Amino acid sequence: MKTGIIVFPGSNCDRDVHHVLNDVVEINAEYVWHMEKSIEDYDALILPGGFSYGDRLRAGVIAAQSPIMEAIKKKANEGLPILGICNGFQILVEAGLLPGALVKNVKLRFSCKWLEMEVLNVNTPFTNLFRLNDQINIPIAHGEGRYILSDDKLHDLNENNQIVFKYKDQNPNGSTEMIAAICNKEGNVMGLMPHPERASEPILLPNQTTSNAGLIFLSLKNFLSSYIKN
Amino acid sequence: MLTKEEETYLLKKLGRNPNLLEIDMIDAEWSEHCSYKSSRKYVRSLPSRGKRVIVGPGYDAGVLDIGDDDVITVHIESHNHPSAVEPYGGAATGVGGVIRDIISMGTRPIALLDALRFSSLDKQNKTSKSKWLFKNVVKGIADYGNCIGIPTVGGDIEFDNSFKDYCLVDVAAIGLGKKDQIISNHAEEGDLIVLAGNPTGKDGIRGASFASKLLDNEEDRSAVQIPDPFLEKLLIEATIEATNSNCINATKDLGGGGLSCCLSELSHLVEKGFEIELSAVHTKVADISPNEIMISESQERMIYIINKERLSRFTDIFTKYGVTYSIIGKVSGHDNLKILYDGKPIANISCNLMVKAPLSKRKARKPDYLNRLKRNIEFANVENYNYILLRLLANPNIGNKDWVYQQFDHEVGLRTVIKPGADASVIRVNDNKFVSIKLDGNSKHCYLDPYQGMLGCLSEACRNVVCTGAQPIGIMDHLQFGSPENPQIYWTFIKSIDAIVDFCKYMKIPVVGGKVSFYNETMNSPIKPSPVIGTIGLIKNRSHITKNIPVIGNTLFILGLTSEELGGSEYFELIDRQMYGSVPKVDLKTDKKNRSAVLDLIEKGSIDFVHDCSKGGIGTALAELAISGNLGIKIDLKKIPNNCSRHDYLLFSESHSRFIIGTSQPDRLKRILSRRKCIFSEIGKTDPTKILNLHYSGKEIINLSYHDLIRNYNAMNVTMDGS
Repeated sequence: MKTGIIVFPGSNCDRDVHHVLNDVVEINAEYVWHMEKSIEDYDALILPGGFSYGDRLRAGVIAAQSPIMEAIKKKANEGLPILGICNGFQILVEAGLLPGALVKNVKLRFSCKWLEMEVLNVNTPFTNLFRLNDQINIPIAHGEGRYILSDDKLHDLNENNQIVFKYKDQNPNGSTEMIAAICNKEGNVMGLMPHPERASEPILLPNQTTSNAGLIFLSLKNFLSSYIKN
Repeated sequence: MLTKEEETYLLKKLGRNPNLLEIDMIDAEWSEHCSYKSSRKYVRSLPSRGKRVIVGPGYDAGVLDIGDDDVITVHIESHNHPSAVEPYGGAATGVGGVIRDIISMGTRPIALLDALRFSSLDKQNKTSKSKWLFKNVVKGIADYGNCIGIPTVGGDIEFDNSFKDYCLVDVAAIGLGKKDQIISNHAEEGDLIVLAGNPTGKDGIRGASFASKLLDNEEDRSAVQIPDPFLEKLLIEATIEATNSNCINATKDLGGGGLSCCLSELSHLVEKGFEIELSAVHTKVADISPNEIMISESQERMIYIINKERLSRFTDIFTKYGVTYSIIGKVSGHDNLKILYDGKPIANISCNLMVKAPLSKRKARKPDYLNRLKRNIEFANVENYNYILLRLLANPNIGNKDWVYQQFDHEVGLRTVIKPGADASVIRVNDNKFVSIKLDGNSKHCYLDPYQGMLGCLSEACRNVVCTGAQPIGIMDHLQFGSPENPQIYWTFIKSIDAIVDFCKYMKIPVVGGKVSFYNETMNSPIKPSPVIGTIGLIKNRSHITKNIPVIGNTLFILGLTSEELGGSEYFELIDRQMYGSVPKVDLKTDKKNRSAVLDLIEKGSIDFVHDCSKGGIGTALAELAISGNLGIKIDLKKIPNNCSRHDYLLFSESHSRFIIGTSQPDRLKRILSRRKCIFSEIGKTDPTKILNLHYSGKEIINLSYHDLIRNYNAMNVTMDGS
């Protein structure tokens, strides 16, 4: 069971995800440089946060053209679990693997803070250990995290149960329907703006709070172990 | 521009007339910014030795041993002049510069802090540029730091009208590495000299000289560099990978004075001469002259000295990251910096001559304004203490600064255990070792009494670090003043140095890094003396990490004596008494005793929280605790050890060496503090009422709800967003 962490020039949460997967959740994970064309060895892929290509033009748009993206698209179609976090979400959207767009926050500035989100779909490789409507304490850190899409696409998302997490109580960036994470129709590709890797160790949580955000990675582990067994 | 004396000295040493390029090179290197010609004599006297100090001040960054072969590197720099004319680019490139100093030691940057100074954000003043400067400096730091993935974990922000039309932007960085990875900076004859990163362009020409004079012309924007954080991120990763692959013999960042200063300082450091071919430098534009190449301050560039045999590995790494490089020369036998263009020699100067600018003789004299200060005046009685406390909480020097810190990614890297806004920030090294860090300054105190004000900054920064459970292990100083050519300003600089020497010697805490920045003046006036102190602390046990968050049922104590010391206080500023009274004095013995006592209490597990008491005094410290704990606090002010003649003095005096402590073991705490012969007393309790109730043996002084407190405490959001 092995997970690949895709590293683009400017990725900056790659080492954080590597640490949480290997040392906290105990899933074997290794870095995959974006120039690689073959990714046959991996049972799951994670596109970490950061500023690939310095967010030039638009967050994620240049990385979406990287050599590795063709292989990633192929794997997505084959049903491999693929998770994009923050900039990874932006890249998945720009690559057309997820619908909609991520644009500048309504307040036009970067926002790094802890908030609550709610679970709406527990049938993905990343959410199978949650219960419906569970609340998750988790930080965001982005300047372009406002998720928008057309009304008919939104209708499709709702229809197909593709909204995985929504912000609770406050909308930090002006996202349509407080959307924090979505998946593709099949559920194997998920993108989320908040950072679960930052809420996976108790010592990093703000005062007197707890978090079950680590369940996102544990769900993946759970999914992969049953998948590999079968 | 060189002075007459410097020109004479140069001619004598050189034995010939320098050419124009050599004059440009000397002018940059002998600028105040690069040469420390007004400060070197005094800076040398700072105590910089200690058992943890591997590399002291004078290099790109100081290196501290934190045990188990782990080292941290620390550095602080400012970018004041550039930020004052072009706040976004100036602040951003300030972050970039200090980060490169950390990587040039072979360590990975793990945290950034900023100390920022602006004039009042008051909206009545329509001509004020303060808001524009503030907004763009914060955005510049955010866009740069966030992009390179290094968390900005805290700092210090102060507003004072002596910064009118100006600002101070200090950036400190912390790096983490292993002892045996520290780059030793050596070179052999024949080693190659490689310039990597940004192409050299016409941006930032004469930046070092620009920063070494008064700010008189806002059209100097071409002296401000252009930031490219994406390239910086690639440069960081490439440098670290090349360091780990043993490719680098020596390296240095290109900062003020560009290639010229970098090469002369590096040549001096490795004690070898360099032969440089300027036509090999990759440039942004074709029509750039050799002189411009030498002194351009284009950002995101580093020089590396590479052994020939390691070159192919080095270039593989830099190619992988897409970082452009050029091989611009080689290390030679002689000790001169020899510059060629298309094979023709165009400059040839001894690096020894370049890096040793003649010291400037400066006069010092006690400032006239200090003789005009009034000690005793009459004050009207206070009718509404609630109103005063709320006004103080709404003061941006005291209130919540989330508007700033939320724009910084302070979580990336998975190390930020205590987040911005607390007494000090705590960074994880590993699960049993943590570093605590805080920047502090107080220009109001330093203006009224440069010596005691400086002691106060040192005391406060150490106190804040101790509040998180850390032992202070090193200090950084950033000394910021107006023109050293003004004897009255120079006097305040010398007093500040005296205070650092006295404090650090007594406390046995070494100075591990620092910077002097003069000429912080606009056409209006010089800034107040504004030294900033950074204290680095070490926490050797996870259980010692302490937060300033009370819980219901805590018994509250105050440690330390409250004296009538309101000179330069936020309270006197509020009631328009800026030029009166004595600033708080630091008694070194008591200061040390109280800090040791708090650390002892923490290590014995006998307290639940501890909070520093400084700007705004006991009144605001208690309000902050009611806010952070979301609870009520009831205090009898009469029980506070003090020698104040009035309630408002007692509430708002900024006496040093004081801590507010909460515990569930009051008897044990009393035993420990009594044994240590500390001045302390039990003053009240926390409760579930969500009301801050301060009385004087029953007579109500302050009664405010959590709602009132938080609304005023969060005033900066309204000021900046209008909502």
